[in-house]
Amino acid sequence: MRRGIAATALVATLALAATACGGDTKDDGGATKAGGELSGTVTWWDTSNDAEKASFQKIAEAFTAKHPKVTVKYVNVPYGDAQNKVKNAFSSGAEAPDVIRADVGWVADFASLGYLDEVPAETAKKIDAEFLPQAAASGKYEGKTYAVPQVIDTLGLFYNKKMLADAGVQPPKTLEELKAASAAIKAKTGKAGLYLRGDDSYWFLPLIYGEGGDLVDAKNKTVTVDNEAGVKAFKTARDLVTSGAAITNATDGWNNMQTAFKSGEAAMMINGPWAVADSYAGEQFKDKSNLGVAAVPAGSVKAGAPQGGHDLAVYAGSKNRAAAHAFVEYMTSQDVQVQSAKELSLLPTRTAAYEQPDVKSSEMVQFFKPAVDKAVERAWIPENGSLFEPLKVEYTKAITGASSPEDAAKAAGAEFRKILKGWK
Amino acid sequence: MAAHTSQSVAKAAGDESDVARGRSRRTDGPQRAANRGGLKRAFATHWYAWAMIAPVVLVLGIIIGWPLVRGVYLSLTDANERNVARTIGANHIEATYTFVGLDNYTAVLSDPVFWQRLVWTVVWTVACVTVTFALGLALANMLNRDFKGRAFYRMALILPWAVPGFVSVFAWRFLFNRDNGILNKLLDGGGIAAIPWLDDPTWAKLSVITVNVWLGIPFMMVALLGGLQSIPGELYEAAEMDGATTWQRFRHITLPGLRSVSMTVILLSTIWTFNMFPVIFLLTRGGPGDSTEILVTQAFREAFVSSPRDFAGSATWGVLILALLMIFALVYRRALRKQGEVW
Repeated sequence: MRRGIAATALVATLALAATACGGDTKDDGGATKAGGELSGTVTWWDTSNDAEKASFQKIAEAFTAKHPKVTVKYVNVPYGDAQNKVKNAFSSGAEAPDVIRADVGWVADFASLGYLDEVPAETAKKIDAEFLPQAAASGKYEGKTYAVPQVIDTLGLFYNKKMLADAGVQPPKTLEELKAASAAIKAKTGKAGLYLRGDDSYWFLPLIYGEGGDLVDAKNKTVTVDNEAGVKAFKTARDLVTSGAAITNATDGWNNMQTAFKSGEAAMMINGPWAVADSYAGEQFKDKSNLGVAAVPAGSVKAGAPQGGHDLAVYAGSKNRAAAHAFVEYMTSQDVQVQSAKELSLLPTRTAAYEQPDVKSSEMVQFFKPAVDKAVERAWIPENGSLFEPLKVEYTKAITGASSPEDAAKAAGAEFRKILKGWK
Repeated sequence: MAAHTSQSVAKAAGDESDVARGRSRRTDGPQRAANRGGLKRAFATHWYAWAMIAPVVLVLGIIIGWPLVRGVYLSLTDANERNVARTIGANHIEATYTFVGLDNYTAVLSDPVFWQRLVWTVVWTVACVTVTFALGLALANMLNRDFKGRAFYRMALILPWAVPGFVSVFAWRFLFNRDNGILNKLLDGGGIAAIPWLDDPTWAKLSVITVNVWLGIPFMMVALLGGLQSIPGELYEAAEMDGATTWQRFRHITLPGLRSVSMTVILLSTIWTFNMFPVIFLLTRGGPGDSTEILVTQAFREAFVSSPRDFAGSATWGVLILALLMIFALVYRRALRKQGEVW
C-alpha cells in the first residue's frame, strides 16, 4: 500500500516535471531570436514514406548542430492522410506544425487559404537563381513565393532487368511494346508484365499525357479530362487490365504494387524516385543493378509523365517563424539535397547539386534528371489537389470495369466542373 | 465513438418513450389544464431534481444542442473553408458567407448521387441488421443452454467487441487483400480462383456487410442472451407438457418473450449501421470507385476531400441524414405501438 502511494507520487512528480518542460519549450518558442540566435521548437510534419523517414528524421534533427537552442520535433504523417491533417491543424491552429512537407500540388491550395507564410525575400531571390525553374514554379501562388522546393520527381517505368532478359524483351517504349513484352513475360515466367496502380489517379496521368491530353487547361479555364484524348486514356487503362498486360487492385494499391514488384510477381511498374529505396529492399533487388528505369511508355501521341515533388512551407500562424524559415533553408540546402540523393535516390531541386559527385554517380538520379526536365508541369491552381479524388473514383471504376471509359471520362469532367466553378 | 453514440442514442430513445407514455395516458382535457397549473407546484416541490439535472442539460446543450443548431444554420448558408472566420497566427479573417435559404437542399436532393447513396445505405442497413440479428439470436439460443465450456464460448464471441473497431477493420482489410490476403491464400489452397474481395463492386459490398455483421454480433448476442434469461423456465416446461415441438416453443415463447429486447436492439442497430462510418471508410474508402459509399461517408467526402472544404454542403447532408433517422424512428415507434407495445 505504502509503495503504491510512493509510486503514485512519483508518477505525479514526473508528470508535473514533464508538463513543466513542455511549458518551458513553448515559452522559448515565442522568443525566436535572443541576441540574434535562434531558439525554440520547430515541429516538422514530414510525409516521406517508410523507407525514407529514418533518413529524413536524422537529417532534420541534425539541424540542432547548427542551432543548438532549437529543438526539432520530427513527426511523420502518412502522405495519404496528410492533406486533411494539415488543413485541420492549420484551420484550428491547435497543435499545428511550424513546417510542413507539402506535395507540390497542395501549395497553391494552402496559400490561397492564407495558411502559409511567405518565404523571406532573400530566400525567394535565391530560389529563382539557384533552383530548377519548374521546381521553383510549384512554390508560387499569384506571384508570391510560399514554399521552397525540397525534392522534384516524375514517374518512370521501373523494370526487373533479369525478368525482362529471361523473357527476351527490351524495356518497352510504347504501350504496344509494353503489351507485347507483358505477353512474352507471362509466357516465359508465368508472372505479370506490369503492375498498374488502380487506386490512385496520379498513376493515370502518364496515360492521359500519352494521348496528348491533360486534366485541365488552366490558361483557357477549360476542363479537358473528358475530351477525346481523355476518353482514349480511360480506354487504354481498361485495355491494359483486360488484355492481361497489367495487373491492378482497387484497394491497397501502393503495398500490393511494391510487394508484387519486389517479389518478382510483376516485372514492371510505373513509379517515381520515392519508390527506389523501398524497391532496393526487395528480394529481387538485393543486387541493386537488377533495377532498371526507363521513360514511361508512350501512348499514341507521346511519352509524358507528370512533374511532382515536395516543397517545404512555413505555417503562417507559427509562433517561431524565424527558426522555421531557417529550418526550411537548411532542409533545402545543397548538402542536405545531395545527402538525400545519395541515400534515397531523391532528386535535388538545386541546379548545382547535380554537379556533385555523389549525385552524378547515382544511376537513378542520372535517369530521372532528364525525365524531370521533360516532365509535364501541372497547373499550379488551388484546386489541383482536389481534382485527384473524383478522378480516382472514375479511374478505379473504369479500370475495374464498373463503368465504361466514356462514362468515366464524362463523370470525371462533370465533377471537375463542380470543383472549378465557371470553367468550361 | 460507438460507446458515445450508444449512450446518447439509448438516452434519446429512453426520453422519447417517457414522453410517449405520458402523452398516451393524458386523455381528458381538464386533467391537462390541471397539469399545467401543477407545473409551478411541481417545480417548487422538485427544485432539487431540477438542480441536479441542470449540469447534464447544460453539457448536452453545449456538446449536442449547439453543434446541431449551428449545423442546421450552416446548411442554409454558402459557408466553405475560404469564407468562414478564421485566425491564422496574427491575422484574423472575418466571415463572409451569406444566407442562401434552401439552395443547398435543392442541390443535394436534385442530384442523383444522393438517391444512389440512399438506396445502397438502406440495402446495407437492412442486410446488416437482418443478418446480425438472425445470427445473434441463433448464437444466444445456443449459449443459453447448459453445456461444457459455456463461459469460454461466451468470452470468445464477445471478443470482437473488446477489440477497437479500427483494429478489427484493418485486420479484415489484410484478410481481404486480393494478392496477399489470407482468405485468398486459403481459397488458392483449395484450388479456387482468387476472389477480388475489395476490387469488385459486388464482392466489396458483401465484404463490408460481412465485417459489419462480425462487429455487430457480440452486442446482439449479449442483449438477446439477457432477454432469454429473463424468460421464465416454467413456460417452456408447461409447453413441453402440452406437447409443443421445439419450433413451436421457439415461435410462441422465445420470440414473444424477447420482443421488448429485440425491438430495442433492432432500433439501435439500425441507427448505428445507417451511420457506420468507420467500417466503410477504413475498409474500402467507399470504393472500388464509389460503390460502397453510404450517406455518411459521402457527407465526409463532400466536407473534407476537395478544397475549399464545403461546410454548408456537408451540413446539408448531415441534416438530411438526421431527418431520415428521425422519420425512421417515428415510423418504427408508431408501428410498434400499433402492435400493442408500450412505447
